[in-house]
Amino acid sequence: MSDIAERVLDGCQVSAARVIRWLEDAEGRGVSAMKTLHRHSGRAHIIGITGPPGAGKSTLVDAVIAEFRTRGLSVGVIAIDPSSPFSGGAILGDRVRMQRHATDPGVFIRSMATRGQLGGLARATFETSVVLDAMGQDVVVIETVGVGQDELDIAALAHTTVVVNVPGFGDEIQALKAGILEVGELFVLNKSDLQGADQTEKQLILMLHLRRQAEDGWEPPLLRTVGPTGEGVCELVDALARHRAHLEATDGLARAVADRSEHLFRELLREHASERLLSMAASSAELNGLVDAVRSRALDPHTAAQRLLDTFVVARE
Amino acid sequence: MARRTRVLLAKLGLDAHTIGVTVVAQALRDAGMEVIYSGLKQTAEMVANAAIQEDVDVVGVSSLSAAHMHHFPKVIEILRERGADDKLIICGGVIPEEDVVTLQAAGVDRVFTMGTETSAIIRYIEERMAERNAADGA
Repeated sequence: MSDIAERVLDGCQVSAARVIRWLEDAEGRGVSAMKTLHRHSGRAHIIGITGPPGAGKSTLVDAVIAEFRTRGLSVGVIAIDPSSPFSGGAILGDRVRMQRHATDPGVFIRSMATRGQLGGLARATFETSVVLDAMGQDVVVIETVGVGQDELDIAALAHTTVVVNVPGFGDEIQALKAGILEVGELFVLNKSDLQGADQTEKQLILMLHLRRQAEDGWEPPLLRTVGPTGEGVCELVDALARHRAHLEATDGLARAVADRSEHLFRELLREHASERLLSMAASSAELNGLVDAVRSRALDPHTAAQRLLDTFVVARE
Repeated sequence: MARRTRVLLAKLGLDAHTIGVTVVAQALRDAGMEVIYSGLKQTAEMVANAAIQEDVDVVGVSSLSAAHMHHFPKVIEILRERGADDKLIICGGVIPEEDVVTLQAAGVDRVFTMGTETSAIIRYIEERMAERNAADGA
């Protein structure tokens, strides 16, 4: 399996795409490849783009790719769309807006379905960003699903998180202020040629003033863009580069890279621990008995969960 | 987590008819598949590149403008050159019967002509995926 990891490191798209597929399907072969690839990651600038549905994220990503390409940087894109809660299927349409990059060898676009994951990302998003980083993409852009207030996982994953807003979302901005406005390092008012842009801009500026100061002294800029014409995108990419430089100058980058590793470690631990526990307990008499007790209200759910853990987890002491 | 079937749907050539491909996309989604739709007026290079980057199991191409004989074999040729020809290739659209044999000789696995029920497409894909997964021991 180390062969395929080697080919990914050489920049082979077929191999990188296959490893990502294994990771999405939670196949062991993917994990083997990751052990090699992780060592070779940590170089790319990981950028998150998030915002409400219909804010123009895909079109903006398309324009951002174009700008990075004119600057000679290669770009990996992870574009996430929701899975159907009924069938588990999905229609992933973000490529439609990025067609002009379809044959550019310096651009690798991967569409991904959430597969039931909450938080605005897919389960394999993090590992996929490591694969794209290790294969040599200079920049990795992650476009989240359209988010509301609480889908903030992107902030733990990206070095720089861009929050996209659009005119006329005044009430939504109020709603957003407790969540997403706190995590962004860059704010974009997209579709800024539409009516109401000036008013929304004023509201956003006010929100950003009220925001808690970042510990590292970064002042989040607010930029106006128009996705389809590319207006303001040059300035957006400048601001992304400035934030990257700021991270480098303040040791923030080393911390962000370390934070990412720790985050993935904890996520994996939680996932594997609960999987392993549940598979041990799966058809046990204890579990079935506790389920019955909870359903009949003989036991409260907290006590039942505690009992199961006491039965199956051997205390280290 | 089980393997989930991924399908690329693309329209090749100068053809702006989207209803058919939209109906198929929704039917496949409702059958639990992940459908990547890459849009209209695709070239063979664009389709092959998307199929590779998305690592799909199935490539479904459609053309209603008589471009199939030129574009479809070219997609297969590029996938072969790049070592990514392990994908099921299906096509649809307005395709005269006499072209079906030629396309199959070029490597198209199955041609679905006008009037095909979406359930027939789903059944075909599911059967082929089950065969493949059995062969892989997956």
